[in-house]
Amino acid sequence: MGNGVKKFMYVNRRAPYGTIYALEGLEVVLIGAAFDQDVCMAFVDDGVFQLQKGQDTAESNMKNFSPTYRALGDYDVNKLYVEKESLEQRGMSEDDLLALTYEDEDDDYKEKPSIRIVNREELADLMEQQDIILNY
Amino acid sequence: MLHTVNKSPFEKNSLDTCLRLAKSGSEILLLEDGVYAAVKGTVVEQKMLQALSDYSVYALGPDLKARGIEEDRLIDGIEVVGYDGFVDLAASSDRVQSWL
Repeated sequence: MGNGVKKFMYVNRRAPYGTIYALEGLEVVLIGAAFDQDVCMAFVDDGVFQLQKGQDTAESNMKNFSPTYRALGDYDVNKLYVEKESLEQRGMSEDDLLALTYEDEDDDYKEKPSIRIVNREELADLMEQQDIILNY
Repeated sequence: MLHTVNKSPFEKNSLDTCLRLAKSGSEILLLEDGVYAAVKGTVVEQKMLQALSDYSVYALGPDLKARGIEEDRLIDGIEVVGYDGFVDLAASSDRVQSWL
């Protein structure tokens, strides 16, 4: 890619509510999306918990920010890589995750899944391809 | 004594240290990111099953819900309590140790 476009990867390794990392990291991705870069996200370790479906914070008086992940597709952030081994260690599978999609403008705006389950070797290769990697 | 653990067992060793030092017969309440230890099928499940033979283990319901953890995914024997149950546990224990 030319024209000053760089490949960014945001690596998320924290659970959503115990610390502020997940929410702040998501905010940075959404702000960064305004700069028309080639952005992807990786969810590793406890970061996979951010994408757990069915989050309900009504009783705990916290902000449920999980619906915000649905907005990523509209900001052209549509490559969300989830490490398979991290899911398995936590007794989870793809079925436990939010159904996140985006409209592919190169394919008649067909709705496609944003979440891609990758194994550790695939994720390592993806990291090698990035220009900039930011961790949260 | 009531022990509380609020850190993810996958990220911190708070749960390990709690289980190593808590006397048999104690109560252990999992809350905040600590509730992830209560889920079936994880790499810490065996550790929790072992703990259930020595301790009464509880998990805070509102923190499970916030994290999208349905009660049918919990290890059998772990009791879900609300904030009122948390208060009862604290009030009926002579001391509380918070493993941060």
